[in-house]
Amino acid sequence: MITFADVAMEFEGHRVLERINLEIPRGQTLVVIGESGCGKTVLLKLMIGLLRPTKGKVTFDGKVLTQLGDAELTRQRLRFGFLFQGAALFDSLSVYDNVAFGMREQRKLTSKDIDDTVRQRLQEVGLPPGVEAKKPAELSGGMKKRVGLARALALNPEVMLYDEPTTGLDPIMTDVISELILQTRQRHPVTSIVVTHDMKTAQKVADRIVMLHPWSRLKPGESQVLFDGTANELARCADPRVQQFVEGQARERLSELNPFAG
Amino acid sequence: MASAGRARLGPVASFGNLIHHALAALGDFTIFSWQTIAWAFRRKPAAGTLLPNFFMVGVRSVPVVAITGMFIGMVMAVQTYAQFQKIGMATRLGSLINITLVRELGPVLAATMLAGRIGSAMAAELATMRVTEQIDALSCLGAHPIHYLVTPRLLACSLLIPLLTIMADYMGIMGGALICTRVYGVEAHYYWQHSESYVTMADVWMGLIKAIFFGAAIALVSCHRGLNSRPGAEGVGRASTEAFVASFIIILVIDFFLGMALITVFEYFLGTGQARSLF
Repeated sequence: MITFADVAMEFEGHRVLERINLEIPRGQTLVVIGESGCGKTVLLKLMIGLLRPTKGKVTFDGKVLTQLGDAELTRQRLRFGFLFQGAALFDSLSVYDNVAFGMREQRKLTSKDIDDTVRQRLQEVGLPPGVEAKKPAELSGGMKKRVGLARALALNPEVMLYDEPTTGLDPIMTDVISELILQTRQRHPVTSIVVTHDMKTAQKVADRIVMLHPWSRLKPGESQVLFDGTANELARCADPRVQQFVEGQARERLSELNPFAG
Repeated sequence: MASAGRARLGPVASFGNLIHHALAALGDFTIFSWQTIAWAFRRKPAAGTLLPNFFMVGVRSVPVVAITGMFIGMVMAVQTYAQFQKIGMATRLGSLINITLVRELGPVLAATMLAGRIGSAMAAELATMRVTEQIDALSCLGAHPIHYLVTPRLLACSLLIPLLTIMADYMGIMGGALICTRVYGVEAHYYWQHSESYVTMADVWMGLIKAIFFGAAIALVSCHRGLNSRPGAEGVGRASTEAFVASFIIILVIDFFLGMALITVFEYFLGTGQARSLF
Protein backbone atom coordinates (compact mmCIF):
# COMPACT_ATOMS: atom_id res chain seq x y z
CA MET A 1 0.00 0.00 0.00
CA ILE A 2 2.75 2.47 1.01
CA THR A 3 6.23 1.97 -0.39
CA PHE A 4 9.51 3.75 0.24
CA ALA A 5 12.04 3.06 -2.51
CA ASP A 6 15.58 4.20 -1.77
CA VAL A 7 14.32 7.38 -0.12
CA ALA A 8 16.67 10.08 1.16
CA MET A 9 15.73 13.36 2.77
CA GLU A 10 17.82 16.34 3.76
CA PHE A 11 17.08 19.84 5.00
CA GLU A 12 19.48 22.63 3.97
CA GLY A 13 22.37 20.20 3.71
CA HIS A 14 21.45 18.34 6.91
CA ARG A 15 20.75 14.69 6.07
CA VAL A 16 17.94 13.06 8.03
CA LEU A 17 17.04 9.94 6.05
CA GLU A 18 19.19 7.88 3.69
CA ARG A 19 18.39 4.80 1.57
CA ILE A 20 15.09 3.99 3.27
CA ASN A 21 13.33 0.99 1.75
CA LEU A 22 10.06 0.06 3.37
CA GLU A 23 6.79 -1.56 2.40
CA ILE A 24 3.66 -1.20 4.48
CA PRO A 25 0.82 -3.55 3.47
CA ARG A 26 -2.87 -2.68 3.86
CA GLY A 27 -4.33 -3.33 7.30
CA GLN A 28 -1.01 -3.49 9.15
CA THR A 29 -0.22 -1.49 12.29
CA LEU A 30 3.38 -0.42 11.95
CA VAL A 31 5.15 1.25 14.86
CA VAL A 32 8.23 3.31 14.09
CA ILE A 33 10.58 3.81 17.02
CA GLY A 34 13.94 5.51 17.35
CA GLU A 35 15.82 8.33 19.02
CA SER A 36 14.71 11.92 18.69
CA GLY A 37 15.96 13.39 15.44
CA CYS A 38 16.24 10.08 13.58
CA GLY A 39 13.58 11.12 11.05
CA LYS A 40 10.42 9.38 12.29
CA THR A 41 8.14 12.39 11.80
CA VAL A 42 9.79 13.12 8.46
CA LEU A 43 8.91 9.56 7.44
CA LEU A 44 5.22 10.21 8.23
CA LYS A 45 5.19 13.52 6.36
CA LEU A 46 6.78 11.87 3.33
CA MET A 47 3.97 9.28 3.32
CA ILE A 48 1.25 11.90 3.04
CA GLY A 49 3.16 14.13 0.61
CA LEU A 50 3.71 17.02 3.03
CA LEU A 51 7.42 16.68 2.24
CA ARG A 52 9.11 15.81 -1.04
CA PRO A 53 12.02 13.36 -0.75
CA THR A 54 15.43 14.59 -1.86
CA LYS A 55 16.01 11.21 -3.53
CA GLY A 56 13.93 8.11 -4.19
CA LYS A 57 10.17 7.61 -4.36
CA VAL A 58 7.35 7.30 -1.85
CA THR A 59 4.26 5.72 -3.37
CA PHE A 60 0.76 5.24 -2.02
CA ASP A 61 -1.25 2.64 -3.93
CA GLY A 62 1.25 3.03 -6.77
CA LYS A 63 0.92 6.84 -6.94
CA VAL A 64 3.73 9.25 -6.15
CA LEU A 65 1.80 11.88 -4.17
CA THR A 66 4.27 14.71 -4.72
CA GLN A 67 3.87 14.36 -8.50
CA LEU A 68 0.08 14.80 -8.42
CA GLY A 69 -1.81 17.99 -9.21
CA ASP A 70 -3.54 19.97 -6.44
CA ALA A 71 -6.98 18.38 -6.81
CA GLU A 72 -5.74 14.78 -7.03
CA LEU A 73 -3.25 15.33 -4.20
CA THR A 74 -6.07 16.58 -1.98
CA ARG A 75 -8.21 13.57 -2.95
CA GLN A 76 -5.41 11.16 -2.06
CA ARG A 77 -4.54 12.97 1.18
CA LEU A 78 -8.12 12.62 2.36
CA ARG A 79 -7.55 8.88 2.42
CA PHE A 80 -5.17 9.58 5.33
CA GLY A 81 -5.90 10.73 8.85
CA PHE A 82 -3.05 12.44 10.69
CA LEU A 83 -2.84 12.83 14.46
CA PHE A 84 -0.11 15.44 14.95
CA GLN A 85 2.33 15.46 17.83
CA GLY A 86 0.79 18.55 19.46
CA ALA A 87 -2.64 17.67 18.00
CA ALA A 88 -2.38 20.81 15.75
CA LEU A 89 -5.95 21.85 16.55
CA PHE A 90 -7.01 25.14 14.98
CA ASP A 91 -6.81 27.66 17.84
CA SER A 92 -9.53 29.93 16.55
CA LEU A 93 -12.11 27.16 16.16
CA SER A 94 -14.13 25.27 18.77
CA VAL A 95 -13.73 21.52 19.29
CA TYR A 96 -16.89 20.95 17.22
CA ASP A 97 -15.62 23.10 14.34
CA ASN A 98 -12.23 21.40 14.46
CA VAL A 99 -13.79 17.96 14.06
CA ALA A 100 -16.23 19.22 11.41
CA PHE A 101 -13.51 21.09 9.49
CA GLY A 102 -12.55 18.41 6.96
CA MET A 103 -16.17 17.51 6.20
CA ARG A 104 -17.14 21.15 5.67
CA GLU A 105 -14.16 21.68 3.36
CA GLN A 106 -15.43 18.86 1.14
CA ARG A 107 -18.81 20.63 0.80
CA LYS A 108 -20.50 17.29 0.15
CA LEU A 109 -22.30 16.49 3.40
CA THR A 110 -25.40 18.10 4.87
CA SER A 111 -25.07 19.87 8.21
CA LYS A 112 -27.14 17.07 9.77
CA ASP A 113 -24.66 14.44 8.54
CA ILE A 114 -21.75 16.55 9.77
CA ASP A 115 -23.43 17.00 13.13
CA ASP A 116 -24.01 13.26 13.51
CA THR A 117 -20.44 12.39 12.53
CA VAL A 118 -18.90 14.94 14.90
CA ARG A 119 -20.94 13.64 17.84
CA GLN A 120 -20.15 10.00 16.97
CA ARG A 121 -16.40 10.60 16.63
CA LEU A 122 -16.21 12.58 19.86
CA GLN A 123 -18.10 9.78 21.60
CA GLU A 124 -15.71 7.18 20.13
CA VAL A 125 -12.73 8.96 21.65
CA GLY A 126 -14.53 9.25 24.98
CA LEU A 127 -15.23 12.97 25.08
CA PRO A 128 -18.53 14.25 26.53
CA PRO A 129 -20.85 16.48 24.46
CA GLY A 130 -20.07 19.42 26.78
CA VAL A 131 -16.59 19.68 25.27
CA GLU A 132 -17.86 20.64 21.81
CA ALA A 133 -18.06 24.36 22.44
CA LYS A 134 -14.63 24.62 24.08
CA LYS A 135 -11.61 26.14 22.38
CA PRO A 136 -8.38 24.07 22.17
CA ALA A 137 -6.68 26.34 24.73
CA GLU A 138 -9.22 25.18 27.34
CA LEU A 139 -8.36 21.49 26.90
CA SER A 140 -5.79 19.29 28.65
CA GLY A 141 -3.05 17.54 26.64
CA GLY A 142 -4.91 14.22 26.60
CA MET A 143 -8.17 15.86 25.52
CA LYS A 144 -6.38 17.69 22.70
CA LYS A 145 -4.98 14.41 21.42
CA ARG A 146 -8.42 12.83 21.55
CA VAL A 147 -9.99 15.75 19.67
CA GLY A 148 -7.15 15.47 17.14
CA LEU A 149 -7.94 11.78 16.75
CA ALA A 150 -11.67 12.48 16.37
CA ARG A 151 -10.85 15.08 13.69
CA ALA A 152 -8.55 12.69 11.86
CA LEU A 153 -11.19 9.92 11.93
CA ALA A 154 -14.05 12.17 10.82
CA LEU A 155 -13.30 11.61 7.13
CA ASN A 156 -13.13 7.79 7.49
CA PRO A 157 -9.47 7.47 6.45
CA GLU A 158 -7.94 4.29 5.09
CA VAL A 159 -4.57 5.08 6.70
CA MET A 160 -4.05 6.59 10.15
CA LEU A 161 -0.76 8.32 10.90
CA TYR A 162 0.00 8.91 14.58
CA ASP A 163 2.92 11.21 15.38
CA GLU A 164 4.02 10.55 18.97
CA PRO A 165 0.42 10.18 20.19
CA THR A 166 1.39 9.64 23.83
CA THR A 167 4.25 12.12 24.26
CA GLY A 168 3.72 14.44 27.20
CA LEU A 169 0.81 12.48 28.66
CA ASP A 170 0.55 10.83 32.06
CA PRO A 171 0.77 6.99 32.18
CA ILE A 172 -2.99 6.54 32.46
CA MET A 173 -3.74 8.84 29.52
CA THR A 174 -0.95 7.13 27.60
CA ASP A 175 -2.76 3.83 28.06
CA VAL A 176 -6.07 5.44 27.10
CA ILE A 177 -4.57 6.66 23.83
CA SER A 178 -3.00 3.25 23.15
CA GLU A 179 -6.43 1.67 23.69
CA LEU A 180 -7.97 4.20 21.34
CA ILE A 181 -5.46 3.25 18.64
CA LEU A 182 -6.46 -0.41 19.09
CA GLN A 183 -10.18 0.39 19.15
CA THR A 184 -9.84 2.55 16.06
CA ARG A 185 -8.38 -0.40 14.21
CA GLN A 186 -11.19 -2.65 15.43
CA ARG A 187 -13.94 -0.19 14.47
CA HIS A 188 -12.48 0.98 11.16
CA PRO A 189 -10.46 -1.10 8.70
CA VAL A 190 -7.42 1.19 8.79
CA THR A 191 -3.73 0.78 8.14
CA SER A 192 -1.92 2.50 11.01
CA ILE A 193 1.55 3.94 11.27
CA VAL A 194 2.47 4.99 14.79
CA VAL A 195 5.61 6.98 15.54
CA THR A 196 6.49 6.77 19.21
CA HIS A 197 9.25 6.64 21.84
CA ASP A 198 7.02 4.84 24.23
CA MET A 199 7.84 1.12 24.27
CA LYS A 200 4.65 0.18 26.16
CA THR A 201 2.53 1.74 23.44
CA ALA A 202 4.71 0.13 20.76
CA GLN A 203 4.35 -3.33 22.27
CA LYS A 204 0.64 -2.92 22.84
CA VAL A 205 -0.45 -1.80 19.39
CA ALA A 206 2.19 -3.04 16.93
CA ASP A 207 1.86 -5.78 14.34
CA ARG A 208 5.33 -4.79 13.22
CA ILE A 209 8.04 -2.53 14.63
CA VAL A 210 10.67 -0.66 12.67
CA MET A 211 13.52 1.05 14.46
CA LEU A 212 15.37 3.92 12.81
CA HIS A 213 18.78 5.16 13.87
CA PRO A 214 20.02 8.74 13.44
CA TRP A 215 21.93 8.93 10.17
CA SER A 216 24.80 10.87 11.76
CA ARG A 217 25.49 7.96 14.16
CA LEU A 218 25.63 5.21 11.55
CA LYS A 219 28.79 3.44 10.52
CA PRO A 220 29.65 3.61 6.80
CA GLY A 221 27.41 1.34 4.70
CA GLU A 222 24.97 0.61 7.50
CA SER A 223 21.21 0.74 6.96
CA GLN A 224 19.28 3.35 8.88
CA VAL A 225 16.63 0.72 9.63
CA LEU A 226 18.21 -1.04 12.60
CA PHE A 227 15.32 -3.39 13.21
CA ASP A 228 12.26 -4.57 11.29
CA GLY A 229 10.10 -7.25 12.89
CA THR A 230 7.46 -8.08 15.49
CA ALA A 231 7.40 -6.99 19.14
CA ASN A 232 8.56 -10.46 20.22
CA GLU A 233 11.49 -10.38 17.80
CA LEU A 234 12.41 -6.93 19.09
CA ALA A 235 12.90 -8.34 22.59
CA ARG A 236 15.34 -10.92 21.18
CA CYS A 237 17.22 -8.58 18.85
CA ALA A 238 20.97 -8.92 19.28
CA ASP A 239 21.88 -5.37 18.18
CA PRO A 240 23.02 -3.57 21.36
CA ARG A 241 21.73 -0.24 20.03
CA VAL A 242 18.23 -1.69 19.75
CA GLN A 243 18.37 -3.14 23.26
CA GLN A 244 19.78 0.12 24.60
CA PHE A 245 16.76 1.97 23.19
CA VAL A 246 14.21 -0.63 24.30
CA GLU A 247 15.60 -0.68 27.85
CA GLY A 248 16.09 3.10 27.93
CA GLN A 249 19.77 2.90 28.93
CA ALA A 250 22.06 5.90 28.39
CA ARG A 251 25.33 3.87 28.62
CA GLU A 252 28.11 5.44 26.51
CA ARG A 253 25.87 8.36 25.64
CA LEU A 254 26.46 9.73 29.15
CA SER A 255 29.80 10.95 27.84
CA GLU A 256 27.87 13.55 25.82
CA LEU A 257 26.96 15.25 29.11
CA ASN A 258 30.58 16.26 29.63
CA PRO A 259 32.27 16.16 26.23
CA PHE A 260 35.38 18.08 27.33
CA ALA A 261 36.29 15.76 30.17
CA GLY A 262 39.49 13.79 29.60
CA MET B 1 29.05 10.78 8.75
CA ALA B 2 27.48 14.19 9.02
CA SER B 3 28.28 16.60 6.22
CA ALA B 4 31.68 18.19 6.36
CA GLY B 5 31.90 21.92 7.05
CA ARG B 6 30.96 24.03 4.09
CA ALA B 7 33.86 25.24 1.97
CA ARG B 8 34.64 28.93 2.27
CA LEU B 9 33.42 30.76 -0.82
CA GLY B 10 35.42 33.41 -2.64
CA PRO B 11 33.95 36.91 -3.13
CA VAL B 12 32.67 36.21 -6.65
CA ALA B 13 31.08 32.92 -5.60
CA SER B 14 29.56 34.60 -2.52
CA PHE B 15 28.10 37.33 -4.68
CA GLY B 16 26.75 34.72 -7.10
CA ASN B 17 25.28 32.82 -4.19
CA LEU B 18 23.59 35.98 -2.95
CA ILE B 19 22.08 36.72 -6.36
CA HIS B 20 20.97 33.10 -6.67
CA HIS B 21 19.15 33.26 -3.30
CA ALA B 22 17.60 36.64 -4.10
CA LEU B 23 16.27 35.38 -7.44
CA ALA B 24 14.99 32.18 -5.86
CA ALA B 25 13.18 34.21 -3.17
CA LEU B 26 11.70 36.53 -5.79
CA GLY B 27 10.56 33.55 -7.87
CA ASP B 28 9.03 31.92 -4.80
CA PHE B 29 7.17 35.12 -3.88
CA THR B 30 5.92 35.55 -7.47
CA ILE B 31 4.54 32.00 -7.59
CA PHE B 32 2.97 32.49 -4.15
CA SER B 33 1.32 35.76 -5.26
CA TRP B 34 0.05 34.20 -8.47
CA GLN B 35 -1.41 31.21 -6.60
CA THR B 36 -3.13 33.51 -4.11
CA ILE B 37 -4.77 35.57 -6.86
CA ALA B 38 -5.67 32.44 -8.84
CA TRP B 39 -7.40 30.89 -5.80
CA ALA B 40 -9.57 34.03 -5.46
CA PHE B 41 -11.16 33.15 -8.83
CA ARG B 42 -10.93 29.37 -8.61
CA ARG B 43 -13.03 28.82 -5.53
CA LYS B 44 -14.94 31.44 -3.57
CA PRO B 45 -13.60 31.67 0.00
CA ALA B 46 -16.16 30.69 2.64
CA ALA B 47 -17.91 33.49 4.53
CA GLY B 48 -16.50 32.03 7.74
CA THR B 49 -12.97 32.85 6.62
CA LEU B 50 -13.75 36.14 4.85
CA LEU B 51 -15.85 37.98 7.44
CA PRO B 52 -13.44 37.73 10.40
CA ASN B 53 -10.67 39.09 8.17
CA PHE B 54 -12.87 41.91 6.89
CA PHE B 55 -13.74 42.78 10.48
CA MET B 56 -10.13 42.65 11.60
CA VAL B 57 -8.77 44.69 8.69
CA GLY B 58 -11.66 47.08 8.19
CA VAL B 59 -13.55 47.75 11.39
CA ARG B 60 -10.72 47.33 13.88
CA SER B 61 -8.38 49.62 11.92
CA VAL B 62 -10.78 52.59 11.75
CA PRO B 63 -9.83 54.30 15.06
CA VAL B 64 -6.07 54.16 14.52
CA VAL B 65 -6.33 55.32 10.89
CA ALA B 66 -8.73 58.13 11.81
CA ILE B 67 -6.58 59.43 14.66
CA THR B 68 -3.37 59.24 12.61
CA GLY B 69 -5.01 60.95 9.63
CA MET B 70 -6.38 63.79 11.76
CA PHE B 71 -3.09 64.50 13.47
CA ILE B 72 -1.14 64.44 10.21
CA GLY B 73 -3.53 67.05 8.80
CA MET B 74 -3.09 69.18 11.91
CA VAL B 75 0.71 68.81 11.90
CA MET B 76 0.87 69.85 8.24
CA ALA B 77 -1.18 72.94 9.03
CA VAL B 78 1.13 73.87 11.92
CA GLN B 79 4.32 73.31 9.88
CA THR B 80 3.23 75.14 6.72
CA TYR B 81 1.22 78.06 8.14
CA ALA B 82 4.24 80.23 9.08
CA GLN B 83 5.79 80.04 5.58
CA PHE B 84 2.54 80.68 3.75
CA GLN B 85 1.64 83.51 6.14
CA LYS B 86 4.98 85.26 5.42
CA ILE B 87 4.26 85.43 1.69
CA GLY B 88 0.62 86.31 2.23
CA MET B 89 -0.79 83.06 0.90
CA ALA B 90 -2.28 81.55 4.03
CA THR B 91 -5.63 81.03 2.29
CA ARG B 92 -3.84 78.73 -0.15
CA LEU B 93 -2.96 76.34 2.66
CA GLY B 94 -6.08 74.29 1.99
CA SER B 95 -4.93 73.37 -1.50
CA LEU B 96 -1.47 72.31 -0.32
CA ILE B 97 -2.61 70.30 2.72
CA ASN B 98 -5.50 68.61 0.97
CA ILE B 99 -3.73 67.62 -2.23
CA THR B 100 -0.82 66.20 -0.22
CA LEU B 101 -3.25 64.24 1.90
CA VAL B 102 -5.38 62.72 -0.83
CA ARG B 103 -2.50 61.95 -3.20
CA GLU B 104 0.21 60.83 -0.80
CA LEU B 105 -0.19 60.96 2.94
CA GLY B 106 -3.70 59.48 3.22
CA PRO B 107 -2.95 56.27 1.30
CA VAL B 108 0.61 55.89 2.62
CA LEU B 109 -0.46 56.46 6.22
CA ALA B 110 -3.43 54.12 6.00
CA ALA B 111 -1.13 51.49 4.45
CA THR B 112 1.58 52.01 7.07
CA MET B 113 -0.93 51.65 9.87
CA LEU B 114 -2.32 48.54 8.23
CA ALA B 115 1.16 47.06 7.81
CA GLY B 116 1.94 47.71 11.48
CA ARG B 117 -1.39 46.63 12.90
CA ILE B 118 -2.49 43.86 10.55
CA GLY B 119 0.60 42.82 8.55
CA SER B 120 2.66 41.93 11.61
CA ALA B 121 -0.28 40.15 13.23
CA MET B 122 -0.94 38.13 10.07
CA ALA B 123 2.69 37.08 9.81
CA ALA B 124 2.82 36.12 13.49
CA GLU B 125 -0.45 34.17 13.31
CA LEU B 126 0.53 32.22 10.21
CA ALA B 127 4.04 31.61 11.56
CA THR B 128 2.57 30.24 14.80
CA MET B 129 0.23 28.03 12.78
CA ARG B 130 3.23 26.75 10.83
CA VAL B 131 5.28 26.09 13.97
CA THR B 132 2.38 24.21 15.61
CA GLU B 133 1.75 22.16 12.42
CA GLN B 134 -1.69 23.71 11.87
CA ILE B 135 -0.73 24.50 8.26
CA ASP B 136 0.11 20.82 7.69
CA ALA B 137 -3.20 19.90 9.38
CA LEU B 138 -5.06 22.12 6.91
CA SER B 139 -3.45 20.29 3.98
CA CYS B 140 -4.29 16.91 5.51
CA LEU B 141 -7.95 17.91 5.92
CA GLY B 142 -8.39 18.86 2.28
CA ALA B 143 -7.99 22.64 2.62
CA HIS B 144 -5.36 24.45 0.58
CA PRO B 145 -3.50 26.76 3.01
CA ILE B 146 -3.27 29.54 0.41
CA HIS B 147 -6.98 29.37 -0.36
CA TYR B 148 -7.99 29.09 3.28
CA LEU B 149 -5.55 31.53 4.87
CA VAL B 150 -4.03 33.88 2.32
CA THR B 151 -6.75 34.64 -0.24
CA PRO B 152 -9.25 35.97 2.36
CA ARG B 153 -6.53 38.19 3.82
CA LEU B 154 -5.59 39.47 0.37
CA LEU B 155 -9.23 40.30 -0.38
CA ALA B 156 -9.74 41.97 2.98
CA CYS B 157 -6.64 44.14 2.70
CA SER B 158 -6.98 45.18 -0.93
CA LEU B 159 -10.74 45.81 -0.84
CA LEU B 160 -10.93 47.62 2.48
CA ILE B 161 -7.81 49.77 2.36
CA PRO B 162 -9.43 52.26 -0.06
CA LEU B 163 -12.17 52.83 2.53
CA LEU B 164 -9.57 53.32 5.26
CA THR B 165 -7.75 55.74 2.96
CA ILE B 166 -10.95 57.75 2.50
CA MET B 167 -11.24 57.86 6.29
CA ALA B 168 -7.60 59.02 6.64
CA ASP B 169 -8.12 61.65 3.89
CA TYR B 170 -11.31 62.95 5.49
CA MET B 171 -9.89 63.17 8.99
CA GLY B 172 -6.68 64.79 7.71
CA ILE B 173 -8.61 67.39 5.72
CA MET B 174 -10.77 68.15 8.76
CA GLY B 175 -7.74 68.33 11.07
CA GLY B 176 -5.90 70.70 8.71
CA ALA B 177 -8.96 72.88 8.27
CA LEU B 178 -9.58 72.98 12.01
CA ILE B 179 -6.11 74.32 12.78
CA CYS B 180 -5.97 76.75 9.85
CA THR B 181 -9.42 78.26 10.24
CA ARG B 182 -10.03 78.00 13.99
CA VAL B 183 -6.55 78.38 15.46
CA TYR B 184 -4.73 80.55 12.89
CA GLY B 185 -7.80 82.46 11.76
CA VAL B 186 -7.51 81.78 8.02
CA GLU B 187 -10.71 82.81 6.28
CA ALA B 188 -12.69 79.59 5.85
CA HIS B 189 -14.44 80.66 2.65
CA TYR B 190 -11.16 81.23 0.77
CA TYR B 191 -9.52 78.21 2.41
CA TRP B 192 -12.16 75.89 0.98
CA GLN B 193 -12.46 77.77 -2.30
CA HIS B 194 -8.74 77.32 -3.04
CA SER B 195 -8.94 73.69 -1.99
CA GLU B 196 -11.84 73.06 -4.32
CA SER B 197 -10.20 74.76 -7.26
CA TYR B 198 -6.95 72.82 -6.91
CA VAL B 199 -7.85 69.37 -5.61
CA THR B 200 -9.90 67.29 -8.04
CA MET B 201 -11.36 63.81 -8.03
CA ALA B 202 -8.41 62.69 -10.16
CA ASP B 203 -6.16 63.28 -7.16
CA VAL B 204 -8.48 61.28 -4.92
CA TRP B 205 -8.62 58.42 -7.42
CA MET B 206 -4.86 58.41 -7.73
CA GLY B 207 -4.58 57.90 -3.98
CA LEU B 208 -7.23 55.19 -3.91
CA ILE B 209 -5.71 53.23 -6.80
CA LYS B 210 -2.34 53.26 -5.06
CA ALA B 211 -4.01 52.14 -1.83
CA ILE B 212 -5.37 48.98 -3.48
CA PHE B 213 -1.82 48.00 -4.48
CA PHE B 214 -0.51 48.84 -1.01
CA GLY B 215 -3.17 46.61 0.58
CA ALA B 216 -2.41 43.70 -1.74
CA ALA B 217 1.34 44.07 -1.10
CA ILE B 218 0.85 44.10 2.69
CA ALA B 219 -1.27 40.92 2.63
CA LEU B 220 1.00 39.03 0.25
CA VAL B 221 4.28 40.01 1.91
CA SER B 222 3.01 39.38 5.45
CA CYS B 223 1.41 36.02 4.65
CA HIS B 224 4.48 34.92 2.69
CA ARG B 225 6.75 35.79 5.62
CA GLY B 226 4.43 33.98 8.04
CA LEU B 227 4.17 30.81 5.97
CA ASN B 228 7.94 30.71 5.45
CA SER B 229 8.98 31.51 9.01
CA ARG B 230 11.76 29.67 10.75
CA PRO B 231 10.87 27.37 13.65
CA GLY B 232 10.40 28.45 17.24
CA ALA B 233 9.43 31.63 19.03
CA GLU B 234 12.35 33.47 17.47
CA GLY B 235 11.13 32.52 14.00
CA VAL B 236 7.65 33.85 14.77
CA GLY B 237 9.03 37.14 16.09
CA ARG B 238 11.34 37.53 13.14
CA ALA B 239 8.54 36.82 10.64
CA SER B 240 6.43 39.52 12.27
CA THR B 241 9.22 42.11 12.14
CA GLU B 242 10.22 41.19 8.59
CA ALA B 243 6.60 41.46 7.48
CA PHE B 244 6.35 45.06 8.70
CA VAL B 245 9.76 46.17 7.42
CA ALA B 246 9.31 44.54 4.00
CA SER B 247 5.74 45.85 3.67
CA PHE B 248 6.85 49.39 4.55
CA ILE B 249 9.68 49.37 2.02
CA ILE B 250 7.41 47.92 -0.68
CA ILE B 251 4.74 50.55 0.07
CA LEU B 252 7.29 53.32 -0.55
CA VAL B 253 8.66 51.65 -3.69
CA ILE B 254 5.15 51.13 -5.09
CA ASP B 255 4.26 54.70 -4.11
CA PHE B 256 7.16 56.07 -6.16
CA PHE B 257 6.77 53.97 -9.29
CA LEU B 258 2.97 53.78 -9.33
CA GLY B 259 2.81 57.52 -8.56
CA MET B 260 4.96 58.26 -11.60
CA ALA B 261 2.97 55.85 -13.78
CA LEU B 262 -0.41 57.21 -12.66
CA ILE B 263 0.62 60.85 -13.21
CA THR B 264 1.79 59.94 -16.72
CA VAL B 265 -1.41 58.03 -17.48
CA PHE B 266 -3.70 60.68 -16.02
CA GLU B 267 -1.93 63.49 -17.85
CA TYR B 268 -2.01 61.54 -21.09
CA PHE B 269 -5.75 61.03 -20.91
CA LEU B 270 -6.76 64.25 -19.17
CA GLY B 271 -4.11 66.69 -20.36
CA THR B 272 -1.47 68.42 -18.31
CA GLY B 273 -1.92 70.92 -15.52
CA GLN B 274 -5.38 71.30 -14.13
CA ALA B 275 -7.31 69.55 -16.89
CA ARG B 276 -8.61 66.89 -14.53
CA SER B 277 -12.20 67.93 -14.30
CA LEU B 278 -13.47 64.82 -16.10
CA PHE B 279 -13.28 63.02 -12.75
